[in-house]
Amino acid sequence: MTDNKVLEMDNVSFKYEKETVVKDVSLTIEAGQFFGLVGPNGSGKSTLIKLMLGLLKPTKGSIKLFGSPVRSFKHWEEIGFVSQKANSFNSGFPATVLEVVKTGLISKTGLFRFYNKNDREKAMQALKTVEMEDYFNHNIGELSGGQQQRVFIARALVSDPKFLILDEPTVGVDAKHVADFYQLLHKLNRNEGITLLMVSHDIGTITEHASHVVCMNKTIHFHGESHEYKAFSNEDLSQLYGHPVQQLTHNHGEVDPRD
Amino acid sequence: MIESFFTYEFLQNAALAGLMIGFVAPLLGVFIVVRRLSLIADALSHITLTGIAASLLLEKRVTAINEWNPVYMGMVFSVTGAILIEKLRKVYKHYEELAIPIILSGGIGVGVILISLADGFNTDLFSYLFGSVTAVSRADMSTVLVITLLVLAVVLLFYKELFVLSFDEDHAAVSGVNGKLIHLLFIVMVALVIASAMQIVGILLVSALMTLPVAAALRISKSFKQTIGLSIFFGELSVIVGLITSYQLSVPPGGTIVVTAILILIGAIAYRKVSGQLSLKGETI
Ligand SMILES: Nc1ncnc2c1ncn2[C@@H]1O[C@H](COP(=O)(O)OP(=O)(O)OP(=O)(O)O)[C@@H](O)[C@H]1O
Ligand SMILES: [Mg+2]
Repeated sequence: MTDNKVLEMDNVSFKYEKETVVKDVSLTIEAGQFFGLVGPNGSGKSTLIKLMLGLLKPTKGSIKLFGSPVRSFKHWEEIGFVSQKANSFNSGFPATVLEVVKTGLISKTGLFRFYNKNDREKAMQALKTVEMEDYFNHNIGELSGGQQQRVFIARALVSDPKFLILDEPTVGVDAKHVADFYQLLHKLNRNEGITLLMVSHDIGTITEHASHVVCMNKTIHFHGESHEYKAFSNEDLSQLYGHPVQQLTHNHGEVDPRD
Repeated sequence: MIESFFTYEFLQNAALAGLMIGFVAPLLGVFIVVRRLSLIADALSHITLTGIAASLLLEKRVTAINEWNPVYMGMVFSVTGAILIEKLRKVYKHYEELAIPIILSGGIGVGVILISLADGFNTDLFSYLFGSVTAVSRADMSTVLVITLLVLAVVLLFYKELFVLSFDEDHAAVSGVNGKLIHLLFIVMVALVIASAMQIVGILLVSALMTLPVAAALRISKSFKQTIGLSIFFGELSVIVGLITSYQLSVPPGGTIVVTAILILIGAIAYRKVSGQLSLKGETI
């Protein structure tokens, strides 16, 4: 049964022009898992995500979403996506926050139909989960970067996706809202069984929250459960990153005696 | 003025066609402007001229097609131009805007040769270039009506898709929107509107009716729907004021419509300045 396989990548390679940036990647994600994807800058994380969403065509290998090849995948309402460059849109774009969040419902709304009252309610609800409901009427370009990012998170959540793909979703988001966001991810993952894949550079935090970790640099260097990854030494990491890396350690509530 | 409106059929035709163009040109213009494609309207209007010229030449050489309306040939050229631009944009992936000067200069170059061969540098041509209140026939008016209905249908049916494509193409793609198809449909609509607007505003000024009202609306509105509403309002206002002054002063409507649109734009910029200052004062009190 492919039933509980949300994503299957088999031996996928990709090059933009000449240089291969993703090489022989095989990755399977099952329903209910929470994957953290880490790796240095330029290691191909965003490219891998674009491949799994069908935004780029692999030069080799096959990719399936919910059991069907990405090329012919139809149920886009089951996928929520926050891209790394979410706020690279034309900042003079004349749209309100609410109008932007409603676009998250497009695959659910069907051709030739308008968004209705119910859709508006859903969009407001999604804005509440990221605490942006007070801004529903604001122009999207007039918000701060972090606020825009939270709006894009709301847009990804509004269609109640089964699989959420997040490429550094919390860049520019303040500490309080990052913490809230992880809380939300936990809730979505544990209570509602939503499958998650999240790219992050905050290795400490992501390994703490995710059930599985994939560490890549063109190819996959580590793939397994988070607790195994935590045992992965800083030296191994440094070798992979090409420079010294310290896993960020989070001492919850404990005060550093040196302070 | 009102009396002559009811007396002369050509005035009714011009007024009705003008009102329809004043509606659909800014409507499509909103999507063009937010996608930063403003120059596409210029390229397409110039290639429409090539079509007009080709039609004039054929008319001259082949008497059998005397009855042809040059507007139709204009439409064929403008739609072909639209498709060519899309193709060229793919060839020059990193210099997408190059497609525009290629089509624009190519259109004018071929157009000038064809017009010369047809000995076409006369008043007819003048009315294609700058518009005319007397040149719109009943048949032209019906063509404009059909195109208006077509554009309204496309925009209403694909409003969500057009909006999401303009805002965020990647997001549109992962929402299952067929961007290529909808974009092509859209650009063909633009080509049709440009060709049909030509008789009122003239080829050289049609792009102004697609962009100036939107530029004014952008200064004032917050939401996308409001931008569309205001753009159409400003477009209609430009056409109405422009046509009346054109008739009264006996100057081409293209000129008066565009000057009206520019005055509205200046008004919108001033309004934004003043209201910005007022709200600043309001905050300090
Ligand atoms: N559009 C593009 N055209 C050509 N090369 C590209 C393009 N986008 C990315 N690359 C190259 O592909 C490689 C991988 O880029 P990618 O964006 O996937 O990295 P990443 O792991 O997401 O990095 P970061 O942590 O900085 O987000 C880089 O070497 C980059 O230069
Ligand atoms: Mg990236």
